[in-house]
Amino acid sequence: MPLLEVQNISKRFGGLHAVKDVSFVVERGAIKAVIGPNGAGKTTLFNLLSGFLEPDSGSVVYQARPIHGKSPFEIARRGLSRTFQHIRLFARMTALENVMVGCHVRSRSGFLAGMLNLPWTRREERQIRDKALEMMAFLGIETLAGKEAASLSYGQQRSVELARALASGPAILLLDEPAAGLNMRETADVAKLITRVRDLGITVLIVEHDMQLVMDISDEIVVLSYGEKIADDVPRAVQTNHEVVRVYLGEDDA
Amino acid sequence: MTTSRVTPILALFVVVVVVQLLTLASGKTFYLTQLTMTAYYSLIVIGLCLLMGFAGQISLGHAGFFVIGGYTSAVLTTLNLSSYKEAPLVSLLTRLRVLTDRQDLYGGQVLSVHPWVACGVALVLALVIAWAIGIPVLKLKGHYLAMATLGFGTIIYSIVLGTQRFGAADGISSVPPFPLLPGISVSGASSQRITNYYFAWLLVTVAMLLLANLINSRVGRALRAIHGAEDASSAMGIDTGRYKLATFMLSAVLAATAGVFLTHFNGGIGPSEASIMKSVRYVAIVAGGGMGSIWGTLIMSVVLNFFSLRGYFGSFDDAVFGGILILIMLFAPDGIIGSDLRKLVKKLMNKVQKSVSSKTQTTSHK
Repeated sequence: MPLLEVQNISKRFGGLHAVKDVSFVVERGAIKAVIGPNGAGKTTLFNLLSGFLEPDSGSVVYQARPIHGKSPFEIARRGLSRTFQHIRLFARMTALENVMVGCHVRSRSGFLAGMLNLPWTRREERQIRDKALEMMAFLGIETLAGKEAASLSYGQQRSVELARALASGPAILLLDEPAAGLNMRETADVAKLITRVRDLGITVLIVEHDMQLVMDISDEIVVLSYGEKIADDVPRAVQTNHEVVRVYLGEDDA
Repeated sequence: MTTSRVTPILALFVVVVVVQLLTLASGKTFYLTQLTMTAYYSLIVIGLCLLMGFAGQISLGHAGFFVIGGYTSAVLTTLNLSSYKEAPLVSLLTRLRVLTDRQDLYGGQVLSVHPWVACGVALVLALVIAWAIGIPVLKLKGHYLAMATLGFGTIIYSIVLGTQRFGAADGISSVPPFPLLPGISVSGASSQRITNYYFAWLLVTVAMLLLANLINSRVGRALRAIHGAEDASSAMGIDTGRYKLATFMLSAVLAATAGVFLTHFNGGIGPSEASIMKSVRYVAIVAGGGMGSIWGTLIMSVVLNFFSLRGYFGSFDDAVFGGILILIMLFAPDGIIGSDLRKLVKKLMNKVQKSVSSKTQTTSHK
């Protein structure tokens, strides 16, 4: 049983068929990538999987249960965590607080407990803080803890966003262009990081432009073009796939 | 961490005591009346601060919740059921102490709802209305939310103003005292002035402690996250709709609590409490105090409400609050007290310099 199974999902925006009858599976413990030229429907696909959009047809089955049509927060609670192509940090909170928000799903103090500041709430708060710091240490950004998110560099913000997503203890992590805007050295760091995340037992689904990154770390690659899936295979096979070369790699070579 | 949260609460307590002693020493104990009213109005604005500054949701209808509390309590404690004394339900409720006998100003018998029960009903009603309004309205954002809550405030105002049972333009008067302990009640009697002052400020202190705790908790963090980026917070598993609704209800119940007690303290309530200008005033105070600071909001509330209640602003009372809102939005959107005062002054100086230099430039061009 695959961890995530996408079955014939489609999404239209007016006349535009952003995602058209796409199916694929993500096996537990794998790193799977979704690539395709700009406008291929990659981000739309991510939004469909994480509940930000509802598919017009088709289904998304996660851990043997359908999740399409559920709200983002419900899907997040089931252990599907995501990052955003355009970093979405809580700008006026510190890096540590941002990561602590990631622990939200794994804690439970509500309004009443919060107002009364009960002993168990304080204990939970300490656990949240420890967990968040642990995640930041894992990514080597613990020194940023007290800094306001808005004051961090682009690369640091990416790391904080990743720490935040990891803090939620996901079974699967959806990374939307994690190397966008990073230089070659930083991109190589991201690649290493993603394999380390996978080694924690977290399945990774990644949307990425950077071919080198994708080819290096992915177990399997789905290629989208104009909303349709044109390939779904191991990196080596995708690289030599005639159709892929024509719509994607061919453009680079030209 | 805990000490830093308790210190300001203790400071507030000390200030409350010192102010009382100062009024005593200077023989100006009549100030306590306005200071008591200020406390109740502060209860509204700190709740609104949580909603606006932390959850990031505006409400231009919070006077509505104050009024729901005040009028519910006023209506229930002034309705007279003595002519139905023999009716089985009425006598049962009397025996359960839900209804209580008292004499009105002219010595007539009045059988009305016990203030504690009325208070309970008022708060539950405020919660229910906040829930019912909040569910559809909090789906809106920015201007749209502002306009929808404005609509809610307008509706409450016209209901209050147009209903005979609510005294129409006269409002409801001769609301009885609210018994707290034997010999102590919330009322405007001058013999109760000091106890009322302390009771009102005790409520504010407790509310401040609860809100300060909440802000520093998991929920407070979630609220700030929603304020920062709603989509990212839902991607982190935060049920943004539920959190916004709960905050809206919490701030509504604080406003209603203020409404209940201030109505008993004043011995009545009128439709002006429901006017849109009241809601605007609350928003202006929160904005002036620094949206994200309950302490800044409290200080702002004390200063402005006290001056306003003492009549320092004369007939331009509303204009002052409107003006404050404009100035804050232009020059200190983060508030005066919450932000660095020096930065504000610097900014103002820069603006003045710029406008002066641009003026000289345009004149030199001519």
